[in-house]
Parts: sequence; C-alpha cells; structure tokens
Amino acid sequence: MIPLSHYLILAAILFVISVIGIFLNRKNLIVLLMAIELMLLAVNLNFVAFSHYLNDLSGQLFVFFILVVAAAESGIGLAILVVLFRNLSSIDVEDLDSLKG
Amino acid sequence: MEFKTLLFYLFSTITVLAALRVITARNPVHAVLFLVLAFFNVAGLWMLLQAEFLSLALVMVYVGAVMVLFLFVVMMLDINIERVRAGFWSNLPLGILVGGLLAAEMAVVLSGRYFGLANLPPQNLPANYSNTKELARVLFTDYAYPFEIASVILLVAIIVAVMLTLRKRKDNKAMHSSDQIAVKARDRMRLVKMAPEVELPASAKEGDKA
Repeated sequence: MIPLSHYLILAAILFVISVIGIFLNRKNLIVLLMAIELMLLAVNLNFVAFSHYLNDLSGQLFVFFILVVAAAESGIGLAILVVLFRNLSSIDVEDLDSLKG
Repeated sequence: MEFKTLLFYLFSTITVLAALRVITARNPVHAVLFLVLAFFNVAGLWMLLQAEFLSLALVMVYVGAVMVLFLFVVMMLDINIERVRAGFWSNLPLGILVGGLLAAEMAVVLSGRYFGLANLPPQNLPANYSNTKELARVLFTDYAYPFEIASVILLVAIIVAVMLTLRKRKDNKAMHSSDQIAVKARDRMRLVKMAPEVELPASAKEGDKA
C-alpha cells in the first residue's frame, strides 16, 4: 500500500512546479491562470489524500467547494482577460499599468 | 510490486511531466492540452484514493468545461508569442530559489516519520461502500448552507462573466418591445400654437420684384 507521504510529496512537487511557472511566465496572463489552476489541483490532491487516509469525508467536501470556487475564479478571470485583450490588444502583464502613478 | 503502486507511479510521473510542460510550453494551446493531461492523471490518482465522485467530477467539470473554456479563450486571442516569451528564462534562478525553499520546507514536514502508514488509522471500508452516497449524505446535512452558498457563488460568476463581456454595438437597430408598447399618442404628436399663414395678394409680389 502506498504511504500517505508519497501523495503529499507529489502534491508538493506539483505546487512547486506551478510556483516556478508563475515566475517563468510572469508576462503571459493566461499561463499565469493555468499555473493557479495547477496549484489548486495540488492542494486538492492533499485534501483527498488526507481524507482517504484519515477516514474523514470532510476533506472531499472541501475539494468540492474548492472546485466550485476555482471554476468561478477561472470563468471570471477569463472574462476579464477577454475584456482586457479587447481594449489593449495584449495580455502582457507589463501593459497593465494604467493605474501607475 | 503491487499493481496499485505501479499505477500510482505511472500517474504521478505523467502528472509531473505534464505540469512541467504546462509551464514551459511555447504555444498556449499546448499548455492547455498538457494541463488537461495533468488533470486526467490526477483524476486517476483520486480514483486510487477511492474518491470516485470527485475523480469523475474533475474529469467532467474541469476537463469538460473549464479547460474547454480556456481553449476557447486561448484560440480566440491573437497572442504575440515572441513578445510574451522575451526574457522567459531570466527569472528562472529566482523561481528555482523560491521553489527549492518551498520544496525543502515541505520535505522536512512531509517525511515518512509523521505521515507514514503506522501513524494513521487502518482502512476498514465495507465492500458495498459508496463514496458518492456518503458524500451526498454529508453534503446535504452538515454542509447544506455552504452548499447553497456555493450555488450562489456560481450564479454570481455566471452574471459577472456575461456582464463583463457583453458589448453594445453602436449600429444596433433592434427595438425595445416594452418601449414600443408603452408609447402614448401624445408622445408621438405635438400640437403647436402659431400665427395663421396669410396668402399675400399677387400685386404685392410683383411690387417686390420691381
């Protein structure tokens, strides 16, 4: 049987990969959104693993709610991205400086 | 080696490789497709963890809806890849530093000493255990109010997404039927009081010409 720590280490690796992805793709807004999705996936993996090994269903319910919030977040984020591209014709984060003093 | 262990390592290897490709892929469409691959493999891992409902929900909701939404948006936008990729690797040392620190800290905490099998309660699920049924039982009793709030969050997300991307065309000639029905006769016709127009005699006109 696979120990719990294997799942936790896998989730940690996924999380670290997405953190590095945020550093690498700091200009590309759409890949930033994807890296956030990947982070949420890593957290969800932790929740499901703990829920299974501790015989407690609350962890899986938290995953359910995280999925709801993540779906809402990516829907609104992509809507903002579309409006942004319509106005600026770019998704470069460095162009988003209209509030800069 | 047990078959489930083999499956675990297969799924996790593919997940990590797909995640690496997500953050390094040149084409955003490829990044989305690799993200779909990562989600599929994590769904397999959740199936190994006996979370069948969430595993299938991940495939159907996430891969089927959210990732397709990502694909739509990526294909709709005309992204200048050369500009976005400029200086791509310049932040790698900083990223590796932060990521390495995170990984080292998590490795200290997550080592087998605290989370090994010996420290956890044994698994004793009956043969006819239904994950979906148990999840529904908890969801609709203990977590009924959070469930309602989740549905409101989704409703708000729908309205926000529609309102943000709604665009009014300037040359739109559509009629508002409620405005058409509400119109009254006095809005259409206006009675104006003015002095009567008098026809001038023909001699006066000739006099003007002269």
